[in-house]
Amino acid sequence: MKIAVCLKQILDPEVPARDFKVDAAKREAEQGGANLVTNIFCENALETALQIRDAAGSGEIVALSVGPAGAEDVLRKALALRADQAVLVVNDADTNPDPLFVAKTLAAAIKKIGGVDVVMVGREAGDWGAGQTGGLLAEELAIPCISFAEGFEPGATPGTIKVKRQTDAGFEVIEAPTPLVLTITNHDKNVPRIPKTRDVMQSYRKPLEKWTLSDLGVDGSTSHAYSQVAELFIPKKETKCEFIEGDTVEAKIDALAKRIGDILRAM
Amino acid sequence: MSEVVCTLWGRAGLDRAAQGVLGAGRRLADSTGAALRAIIVGTADDALASGAQAVADRVVVATGPGLEDYNPESYLAALSDLCKAASATVVLLGNDTYAQEIAARLAHRLGGSAAGDAVAVHAEGGKVRVTRGVYGGKATAVIELEKSPAVVWVRARAIEPADAAGRGAGEVERVTPELPATGVKVLERQEESKGGARLEDAQVIVSGGRGLGGPEPFTELQKLADVMHAQMAASRAACDAGWVPASWQVGQTGKKVAPQLYLAIAISGASQHIMGIADSKVICAINRDADAPIFKHCTFGLVEDYQKVIGPLTERLRSAK
Ligand SMILES: Cc1cc2nc3c(=O)[nH]c(=O)nc-3n(C[C@H](O)[C@H](O)[C@H](O)COP(=O)(O)OP(=O)(O)OC[C@H]3O[C@@H](n4cnc5c(N)ncnc54)[C@H](O)[C@@H]3O)c2cc1C
Repeated sequence: MKIAVCLKQILDPEVPARDFKVDAAKREAEQGGANLVTNIFCENALETALQIRDAAGSGEIVALSVGPAGAEDVLRKALALRADQAVLVVNDADTNPDPLFVAKTLAAAIKKIGGVDVVMVGREAGDWGAGQTGGLLAEELAIPCISFAEGFEPGATPGTIKVKRQTDAGFEVIEAPTPLVLTITNHDKNVPRIPKTRDVMQSYRKPLEKWTLSDLGVDGSTSHAYSQVAELFIPKKETKCEFIEGDTVEAKIDALAKRIGDILRAM
Repeated sequence: MSEVVCTLWGRAGLDRAAQGVLGAGRRLADSTGAALRAIIVGTADDALASGAQAVADRVVVATGPGLEDYNPESYLAALSDLCKAASATVVLLGNDTYAQEIAARLAHRLGGSAAGDAVAVHAEGGKVRVTRGVYGGKATAVIELEKSPAVVWVRARAIEPADAAGRGAGEVERVTPELPATGVKVLERQEESKGGARLEDAQVIVSGGRGLGGPEPFTELQKLADVMHAQMAASRAACDAGWVPASWQVGQTGKKVAPQLYLAIAISGASQHIMGIADSKVICAINRDADAPIFKHCTFGLVEDYQKVIGPLTERLRSAK
């Protein structure tokens, strides 16, 4: 089984709101002192793929990213986690291409890689959160897509897999033919592992393929033919919190119970 | 005449989400001089069919083999045919998992552009613009969709229903789309129901975070929730730890809730969590850290160790009844 895991480099989403600034003219966040990291759902996807390879005792994992040259970091980390192969499609020209452009680029790369059975992407990214890469990629490749997947196991018949995925109410188990796209969500069993120091060192000696957009026949001028950011701003919202006071814990709990009770009775 | 299309699931009925989608669709159609078509996939009960009829100019109900229950490939194929048959400039969906799963694919099949989790949708200079939270809720963006139709999934429950104008959509058209064969099959569908209202529709919510320290305190929280007639929820950290099911997660990538009262216990209030609760009427937090960001969103709050509070609070609310 050959699994391609798509990984996006993003601004650290843990930057607290008070330190977060946007460049309204460029319509992007300011990086400031923050790090660039792998999108967490992409890490969940890689972790899922690693577990599946571990369980099967065989298989091949290709880590794939579209982004600026610096996105190499994301792929080095994937190699440190023992992905078998890494491919970076370098797109230095546009830091925030639209979802269709990303999907077209990934689709071209996946075709060039060849023989991929399952493509995994994160359910959405922690920066723009469009949540469209998986679906659009499936359409570009003309294969099915199942979203919010936790993982999969071999299906009853060869050439199929059984996917467990989250829904609003609970979960579903879906049988689907390969090749297909899965968008991966977080759950208690795919919390990303930490690479071993030795593997981190070795990751820098592993081969990492770099392709350009023109290698893939993708036209870089179409990176906003689907959608673009017209405005970006930080919403103003200040609620003044009334802190419950009291001389003792008991008195505070009394006051809290009264406030809550009032709301419940008014409903 | 161009059309705005509202996409609804027969199974879901005329819930608050369906009302929000219809409300958004009606206002958008009126402001752009378009007609409103409601497309219902799967058998619709009377409430849904007549609810859609009261708001839309035209209602199409699609049923038949393959559409009884949701299947991504069949629903997508059916919707794509039905939207092509309408001269849709805008297609609106709710923000349930199924809508999120197929919206972008639908846009691709229609040659359009998609955007999601919209808090507002409007037309400007012949293009559709979608307002949505980005960067985990720390910023707001207006996304311009370059291709038509614009396929948009909206934060349906936070959107006003349409005025009960009683427009009356004429008859309901019933169709049975022909579906391509698919190897994708739903083998099992499990609901982690906790009884009572769905979390998305709950009026009172008691929610727990990583600061609870383990699964056991959630049993205590459940007792508090019971006296308050509340639904239980959790932060992502608590779900990822395996303390409670993933379907309890509230936030950017969990449920978007809008209760009268949201009580957050030992939750720090990361922006991604706030994204799911911003539509609550009153947010109240119990957190031992007075600087926790959650308090910036609270109407009132208590700085205290939750362990000292939950038991006595439950007792007081019980005896006050
Ligand atoms: C792309 C992305 C999407 C995300 N989506 C979501 C989402 O949908 N929902 C979500 O919730 N998170 C989401 N997150 C995670 C989010 O950023 C936070 O990590 C998470 O919400 C933290 O959960 P928490 O508040 O329970 O834990 P913490 O941040 O660890 O906070 C625990 C709190 O408990 C308090 N505490 C500890 N002990 C006690 C005590 N004894 N009494 C009282 N208070 C105590 C502490 O003061 C602290 O404020 C997402 C993150 C990313 C990057």
